[in-house]
Amino acid sequence: MGLTNESTGMATLKDMFNIEIQSPNEVVIALAGNPNTGKSTVFNSLTGLNQHTGNWPGKTVSNAQGRYSYKDKQYILVDLPGTYSILANSVEEEIARDFICFGNPHVTVVVTDATSLERNLNLVLQVMEITDKVVLCVNLMDEAKRKNIHINLKELEKLLGIPVVGTTARSGEGLEELKSAIAKVASGKIQTNPKKVNYDKFLEKSIKEIETHINDLIGNRLNSRWVALHLLDGNDELIKSINDHMGLNLSQHKLLNKKLENIRQDIKNEFDEMKDLKDYIVTSIVKTGEDISKKVVSFKDKNYNQLERKIDGILTSKTFGIPIMIALLGIVFWITIKGANVPSNILAKGLFWIEARLSTFLKLIKAPIWVHDILVLGVYRTLAWVVSVMLPPMAIFFPLFTLLEDLGYLPRVAFNLDYYFKKAGAHGKQALTMCMGFGCNAAGVISCRIIDSPRERLIAIITNNFVPCNGRFPILISLASIFIASSTGAFRSLVATLSVLTSILLGVIITLFISKLLSKTILRGLPSSFTLELPPYRKPQIGRIIVGSIFDRTLFVLGRAIMVAAPAGLVIWAMANIMIDDVSMLTYCAQFLNPFAQVLGLDGYILMAFILGLPANEIVIPILIMSYMSTASMLELDSLAEMKQLFINNGWTWLTAVCTMLFALNHWPCGTTLLTIRKETQSLKWTLISFLVPTITGIVVCFIVAQGARLFGLV
Amino acid sequence: MEKTLFTLNQLPIGSHSKVKQLIADGPIRRRMLDLGLIQDTIVKSLIKSPAGDPIAYEIRGTVIALRSEEASQILVELVEKQEGRRGNGIN
Repeated sequence: MGLTNESTGMATLKDMFNIEIQSPNEVVIALAGNPNTGKSTVFNSLTGLNQHTGNWPGKTVSNAQGRYSYKDKQYILVDLPGTYSILANSVEEEIARDFICFGNPHVTVVVTDATSLERNLNLVLQVMEITDKVVLCVNLMDEAKRKNIHINLKELEKLLGIPVVGTTARSGEGLEELKSAIAKVASGKIQTNPKKVNYDKFLEKSIKEIETHINDLIGNRLNSRWVALHLLDGNDELIKSINDHMGLNLSQHKLLNKKLENIRQDIKNEFDEMKDLKDYIVTSIVKTGEDISKKVVSFKDKNYNQLERKIDGILTSKTFGIPIMIALLGIVFWITIKGANVPSNILAKGLFWIEARLSTFLKLIKAPIWVHDILVLGVYRTLAWVVSVMLPPMAIFFPLFTLLEDLGYLPRVAFNLDYYFKKAGAHGKQALTMCMGFGCNAAGVISCRIIDSPRERLIAIITNNFVPCNGRFPILISLASIFIASSTGAFRSLVATLSVLTSILLGVIITLFISKLLSKTILRGLPSSFTLELPPYRKPQIGRIIVGSIFDRTLFVLGRAIMVAAPAGLVIWAMANIMIDDVSMLTYCAQFLNPFAQVLGLDGYILMAFILGLPANEIVIPILIMSYMSTASMLELDSLAEMKQLFINNGWTWLTAVCTMLFALNHWPCGTTLLTIRKETQSLKWTLISFLVPTITGIVVCFIVAQGARLFGLV
Repeated sequence: MEKTLFTLNQLPIGSHSKVKQLIADGPIRRRMLDLGLIQDTIVKSLIKSPAGDPIAYEIRGTVIALRSEEASQILVELVEKQEGRRGNGIN
């Protein structure tokens, strides 16, 4: 299908690093590092920004710059994508490498995980080949201490020839030293002497030969030794990058190319162990890292990760792995539903009390009646509904979910489910993007950047909407509570939980089915390679979780909903009150949609509500209530029981509720998500497909359920 | 004496092995090397996922899950526990 980077949004990633330098005195710092090293925490602690840390995977690429000042100097910190290497095997690596090479950072800081320093040194050594101005930040020192891993930082500094700072970014420990080291390297107060990886004698000699030519061409704009090495190993993408960024055409340089060809031939003929030069280079780097690590890291407790393995053994076991996963999800929903009930009611009461006061006030100042109606019954009431229905569940759900994330549980979910995604021709990390979708599908779509293969990324983007986002949970939860669980008294919230859980499992099954369908049709192809790191479990930071999830997520999602709800409330009020031949526009549209909606087990108003809810799904239920109420006499609506009565008065049965829930799960993505898909895929075609796939699925599913139930006389 | 070579995914959980050869090519090979899977690296088979695939391995102090498609491209030989000489706590 020719999925180029351009057609799948990677192009957008590339222009993330245009830095605005406000004055020539500002120092540019590049922040590199492996994934899962707490790089973003370091970034946030330094800049004091809350850049949605660890909240959505892949977020680093979207929000990558911050500033801080230290001793009267301004520093711009650029957070590069987390990578294991910068030999450019993926777009993220290419971005990181290109920034270090051509972005002219004054200093590059490499953040590493103290508990797996050896693996991390690979990247450190690679960066040191490109630039001398490197500072090593050994983060997560607290975790290393907890595991009885000791790192001799002084010795490491000596071996590497660059400043090494141990930090615990979460608590801010070591950050002053880090800032100071950065400042000293930037100003030249510390002259680094980076250890270079030693290659074979013949190779070293060849590098020297090539270097002279390169010096002529690019001067000291790039490390000529490094360029020479990768010209030799035939790194075509790098050559392209150099040509693009420096306005050169290296392949035109006859003498250089002839020399390269000769050396390559010599190596091939005479040095068996270097016959694949790329392999040889990586191997040498890894070995150097291994040697250094042996000298500086000591494990006092050889069984430091026994407990972790035991926990993993349970959480991913054949018998318990998947049940535990479902149970955890169930518990999260149960706490959310149970816990949200009371605050929801209090909020609703409070907000409607304010509504009454607002009403009195407007009458007092003799505002025209239509102004009163638009503001109070249109805008305010919709807003009140959105806030009271959404805020409490979100304020409970997001922290709980962030807790699971912070503990390190989510990669285990991907591990547990990968097999099924593989069978569906998709990527195991799609499970992670789905988890993000629970919060917000737009965020879920952005998080699909963690999937390297364009084909699998598109599958993940198109199917993300099958995971109900936070805006749709209220629909599922409220309908499940009033229609499915109503008669069961004491077990009400339990039954509601189970219904929501069932819808989610259904969503997962549909996701797998549609993924399979896509990978057999328009997105044909083989599964790409899969490597997933299962990072160590980490002690969650409760305070940070609560603050982070409430500010980053809850308020973000709520703010968006409110922004959409206010104008939507106005439009709906207008539609309900503009009459054409004694029939309101709303009723007119609903009547038009009704025959089709009935076939799907819905009614015209429900379908209308979903259509008007395109900007944000949060307002579907409020719209529905307003439409129903506008046709009947006014009634105060402040409890679920009254909501049920209102729906029943408008002809709802359990089947209507089920079909509405199903349609909530499967229909077009909301406006924000569609815009995000457009931005991520850079393609109208894939946006349209992302619109159609869930919509058609919803129509088919609702049709089957509604017609089936009617056929068997269940209603 | 030449030892028998296995593919990494064939080994039972708990076994230690030494990487002898990567059959993979292209980007997958690079990714494996970047994870530190070079000649003679000790790998421990840690846990199977519920469906038996992927399997998580301990590689240079990090836990990495690989699908059978990838693990079957890594040729290893079994090592006795004592031979797992690298001081990364797995011995």
